[in-house]
Amino acid sequence: MSHGAAPAASRGPREWSHDQLAKIDVILAKYPTKQSAIMPVLWLAQDDFGWLDLDVMRLVARTLQIPPSHVHAVASFYTMFKKVPTGRYVIDVCQTLSCALVGAEAIIAHLERVLEPDAHGNSKDGLFTLHKVECLASCGSGPMMQVNEHFYEFLTPDSVDQIIHGLRSGNPLPTPRPEANEWQWAPRS
Amino acid sequence: MGPKILSANWDVPGSHTLDVARSRGTYSRLAKAFSLQPSEITQVVKDSGLRGRGGAGFPTGMKWSFVPSKEKRGGKPVYLLCNADESEPGTFKDRYCMWLDPHLLIEGMIIAAWALDCHTAYIYIRGEFRFIQERLDAAVAEAYAAGLLGKNILGSGFDFDLHVHLGAGAYICGEETALISSLEGEKGQPKLKPPFPAVEGAWKAPTVVNNVETLAAVPWILENGAAAYKALGTEKAPGTKLFSVSGHVNKPGVYEIPMGMPMRQFLDEVCGGVKGGKKLKAIIPGGSSVPVMTADEVDKCSMDYESINANAGSYLGSGGFIVMDETTDMVAALTNLLRFYAHESCGQCTPCREGCGWMYQILCRVRDGYATPEDLGTLRDLADNIHSKTICFFGASAAMPVQSFLTKFRDEFLQRVQRPAGSMTVVASAPIAAGGA
Ligand SMILES: Cc1cc2nc3c(=O)[nH]c(=O)nc-3n(C[C@H](O)[C@H](O)[C@H](O)COP(=O)(O)O)c2cc1C
Ligand code: SF4
Ligand code: FES
Repeated sequence: MSHGAAPAASRGPREWSHDQLAKIDVILAKYPTKQSAIMPVLWLAQDDFGWLDLDVMRLVARTLQIPPSHVHAVASFYTMFKKVPTGRYVIDVCQTLSCALVGAEAIIAHLERVLEPDAHGNSKDGLFTLHKVECLASCGSGPMMQVNEHFYEFLTPDSVDQIIHGLRSGNPLPTPRPEANEWQWAPRS
Repeated sequence: MGPKILSANWDVPGSHTLDVARSRGTYSRLAKAFSLQPSEITQVVKDSGLRGRGGAGFPTGMKWSFVPSKEKRGGKPVYLLCNADESEPGTFKDRYCMWLDPHLLIEGMIIAAWALDCHTAYIYIRGEFRFIQERLDAAVAEAYAAGLLGKNILGSGFDFDLHVHLGAGAYICGEETALISSLEGEKGQPKLKPPFPAVEGAWKAPTVVNNVETLAAVPWILENGAAAYKALGTEKAPGTKLFSVSGHVNKPGVYEIPMGMPMRQFLDEVCGGVKGGKKLKAIIPGGSSVPVMTADEVDKCSMDYESINANAGSYLGSGGFIVMDETTDMVAALTNLLRFYAHESCGQCTPCREGCGWMYQILCRVRDGYATPEDLGTLRDLADNIHSKTICFFGASAAMPVQSFLTKFRDEFLQRVQRPAGSMTVVASAPIAAGGA
């Protein structure tokens, strides 16, 4: 359900690059209507422009020939479309039952201690945005968090520290542990 | 544990690549498919007794046969949508089907498309699975390059395009009519049925929505025949099923077993038993939306639709098997689930939109020791008044956990409300169970 993010400040009118226009043509060819391309085009816009301000939404509306209000309605419905800027690393930590049964609360408390997020989840240095989210289909390998596109599973306070510390030191996102490619997990110490 | 139909290739290195998939027999069933009439394939699937693995367990062949014939469609196309939204708490099997064997799913979709006279299909995958989308996109590209997708597949004269559509974080988009709305570029909100999607779905054309696991079972059924599939599992629930096992268990993970295995045997022998040798308190057998089961009920049930329903009043659902040990605080566990439903309601129906939030707030008070016995009555009333009074099944999915927890773990709830108000310490941030941390 929409949680009505406030309209964001303008960064000025936007235009697509040639590269983006070529990608949009590929997207449009997949659907019988232009409106159906709205989600993939919003993803493309978000990837390239960082987040979806009103000018980006207007550009998407113009491109797909649909009312800007409709683009706004769709963008607001889905939690993964960013209506406000976020830190470079978005940390979505799962708080749902299966993860909670194996210690998600402690991991969330640890993340909050380490990142000291403000009311919007942003860390002071602006590098991180922390969201507590619902089940990410990692329930057998919890506690878990998603950082940008990667899943990090079987979290402990130590493994969380390692990831955060690495990112703070300017390292790229670590490769998820090999467990991410397994589907059954024996007891671990 | 019997033959592997869905996970046979999962531990083969490189199983997600076309070369390895082909060496394992994937796509070898297409020749047989194209040699049969479309209606013959639907008949095989009907005869096999395959039931939808997305949660509702609806017979797949029957669903396919609801699609109107070419004459009755008046020139409209047929769409096939693979439901890869996998967002039901406790469920994580489709993730591995797609990650470890994307070509099996593609093969299943080609066969289904041939049976349905469908020329365009979409895999709707949840937004959080972008890393899997990349792998699926690569598999689709490999299949196009090898002439397995696109025009005139393997010289059959059959044209079929397959696209991957990425969601963006909304549990409700797993509900089939919401999934269709979302694909059409609308907000992902469910619609009243009828019309059912098979008659009027995406872009007002007949549309079949099937779960990943359902479609991935089709190639095996076609190759080995309906009788071989029926020989596995139970009479009313043939075949194998993937179970996602989580919670207080020694070996969490995804397991493929024939339907009908005793639940205790599954828990103790396949999943390694309850973690730390603790006693079992409860299991949610089919994803967070189905009624909870007590340890006693677990002893009476086997892993199939009918047994779970008859002996525990619950459902097999998506096969998300959540194990809770004796230390689990059932009030806190239910409160956790209701936060999920309050957050994910799409907001169209008043009973669901208002009711889920209201139930969550009451539960927070119960959990924290500020509720009265009357609050439990209100909670029960709310659940009863949401169930079956909404556009989609989400409302019931939120109500069933409440009804079943309140009934089966009544004492824990009563204990929480029978203390003098405010006499309990607030436990909002306490762990739900000692079993984990
Ligand atoms: C609230 C809700 C959420 C659902 N989520 C999913 C889902 O994530 N994946 C899925 O396959 N089916 C889900 N379903 C079931 C679908 O509506 C639909 O029945 C299913 O995709 C049909 O495929 P099948 O017949 O192969 O099971 C959900 C249903 C409801 C009511
Ligand atoms: S029952 Fe809930 S989720 Fe389903 S349509 Fe109504 S408000 Fe939306
Ligand atoms: S409950 Fe945390 S990933 Fe499913």
